[in-house]
Amino acid sequence: MKQLTRVVPSVVAALCLSASIAMAGTLDDVKAKGFIQAGVNGDLFGFAKPDSKGVWKGLDVDTARAIAAAIFGDADKVKYTPLTAKTRFTALQSGEIDVLTRNATQTLSRDTSLGLNFAHVNFYDGQGFLIKKDLGVTSATQLDGASVCVLPGTTTEQNVADYFRVHKMTMNPVVIENTAELSKAFFAGRCDCMTSDASQLAGIRAVAPTPADYMLLPEIISKEPLAPAVRHGDDQWLDIVNYSVLALIAAEEMGITSENIDEMLKSTDPKILRFLGVSPGNGESLGLDEKWAYNIIKQVGNYAEVFERNVGAQTPLKIERGLNALWNNGGLMYSPPFK
Amino acid sequence: MDTTAVKRIPFFRDPSKLAILYQILSIAGVALLAYYLISNTLANLERQSISTGFGFFAKESAFEIGESIIDYSSADSYGRALVVGFLNTLIVSLIGITLTVFLGSFIGIARLSSNWLVAKLSAAYIELFQDIPILLQLFFWYAFFYEMLPSPRQALNPIDGLFLCNRGLIFAIPAWHTAFLYAGIAFIVGLIIIFFLKRWVAKQQEATGRSFPTVKVSIAILLGLPLLAWLVSGAPTEMNTPALKGFNFKGGITISPEFTALLLGLVLYTAAFVAEVVRAGIQSVSKGQKEAAMSIGLKPGLVLNLVVLPQALRVIIPPLTSQLLNLTKNSSLAVAIGYPDFVSVAGTTINQTGQAIEGVALIMIVYLIFSLSTSAYMNWYNKKIAIVER
Repeated sequence: MKQLTRVVPSVVAALCLSASIAMAGTLDDVKAKGFIQAGVNGDLFGFAKPDSKGVWKGLDVDTARAIAAAIFGDADKVKYTPLTAKTRFTALQSGEIDVLTRNATQTLSRDTSLGLNFAHVNFYDGQGFLIKKDLGVTSATQLDGASVCVLPGTTTEQNVADYFRVHKMTMNPVVIENTAELSKAFFAGRCDCMTSDASQLAGIRAVAPTPADYMLLPEIISKEPLAPAVRHGDDQWLDIVNYSVLALIAAEEMGITSENIDEMLKSTDPKILRFLGVSPGNGESLGLDEKWAYNIIKQVGNYAEVFERNVGAQTPLKIERGLNALWNNGGLMYSPPFK
Repeated sequence: MDTTAVKRIPFFRDPSKLAILYQILSIAGVALLAYYLISNTLANLERQSISTGFGFFAKESAFEIGESIIDYSSADSYGRALVVGFLNTLIVSLIGITLTVFLGSFIGIARLSSNWLVAKLSAAYIELFQDIPILLQLFFWYAFFYEMLPSPRQALNPIDGLFLCNRGLIFAIPAWHTAFLYAGIAFIVGLIIIFFLKRWVAKQQEATGRSFPTVKVSIAILLGLPLLAWLVSGAPTEMNTPALKGFNFKGGITISPEFTALLLGLVLYTAAFVAEVVRAGIQSVSKGQKEAAMSIGLKPGLVLNLVVLPQALRVIIPPLTSQLLNLTKNSSLAVAIGYPDFVSVAGTTINQTGQAIEGVALIMIVYLIFSLSTSAYMNWYNKKIAIVER
């Protein structure tokens, strides 16, 4: 029944598409109501989860805050809608939310048959395996016949089935929708290993009774570029979301942080002056205030600050920059010029 | 009365014609609304370039399912995956309904027992299980299984060929042999024989008044015939014994903790309601009926079977039907504890294909089919036992 009550509202919403859809002009709608409605995970530590005081924290939350800062000059003008993996795309399609920042993997079929557009990736992830150390398993290729705890409603079910098929191994999946319930069953030994995006596994390990007993296997079996998504058909809105993410990366490239940004206003570098809106142009092209990028970095920080604050080495997740480092540090984060 | 005056009543003042008109108008209204919703949805989906239709049925599903009674792998189609989910829901509902009817009747009757302890224990059972939400009960049983039972390497092995661990109950089954096919045929033949036997017994009893031990003879036929077929075809005793290989047991049959927890939760919960229904039914039969039956010398068992139950059933069947429907519908909670029922498989399908509207429509159709067939059977049975006026 719980399942049904989760799916049904989204379908009702889909049935009522006509009532609420405004195909173009999301920016005008957002400005009119005074905030952006962001679809987030709601239960994923490090990406989107309210803290003990009820304040939303996480990398996806900061992405949504960056968009709000760009539009309103105030990062707090965001309202969050927690969505399950199953309801997230329907919520976006039906116009219930303006932007989906919910660790969603960009894929061809989602981009095409779901009527979505993805902005720039805000986290490069990949699917891995979490396993108890005392099983003595050192590689995912030794998992033949294992019971595998899988979180449904993501691409993970497909990836893990493909991986076992390619390696001619059998598996016995245990699929539970709720992350907390699934983790409990895994910690109690119901499954030999657990599979999900590596970032998510890091979060689950952090809440284990004894985190040191668990380890991630070295294999990463899939590419999971997690990116914000918007509806097809509103190019201006896509541009705004896209360049809000890119602004975080560009600021890190140029060495602009929330701390030093006011000194940077006096920089002699024309790139930086253009970026911060001292030399106007970018804001007008996007239909935003010229100080949009300044507001993002001032209020949210650059990508490095966002990453370290939410998922980095100082947090319980202890995720390395890895693929998420800048391109000149061996990663994939690369911003086109802001001119 | 002047008949010409009656004829002249215009249709808008004739209640019987107006009634028909209103019905036509409301049906047309509903049809229009349905047409509007469907065409509007389709138009919007197309405008947003979201694909529609059931074409995904034939595509490769590319996901595994934990348990299935038919052969299935990730190389099979979405259609087959959905059939697996359908069968999983069917199995848990059928076994659940059977066990619930027996347990519920037993507790309902026990609740009226003259033995103080039995009556109070039954009352306590009913209060406990019908007052706790079913989802919590499912979580409890599931956690109970995976927390209490050891890992496969330390599996409990109380008797040879039977293992109990947090991967489930694993036991040996006889290896396949044609003898079992013959035994199965013999069982069906036995059922047919019993059907005719019952008719013959009823005729005999009406003619001569003599009773016949139908139940004992039926059990003898049902057990005896298959046994005979098995003996005749060579009495094969080879077993398919489970053994620990790698992470899990191979061979034998595994009953997963997810299935057991779901079945247990559904049966214990629904049986509490059924017990109350049965109690109400029995209490609805007036005391005079029972006393009259006893006064003509019927034994207590026969009083219950011949006089009280046939009358009580008329009260019991309609609410019992709705409880059994609830059991089937509640089985959709399976996804919370990892049993791959239809909702779970359809959910994965929706997510992978993005065809939410089609998927949810399928879920609704499947539950409608389950519920309508249960209702149809129970209504047929209800008609059969209803008062026949002679």
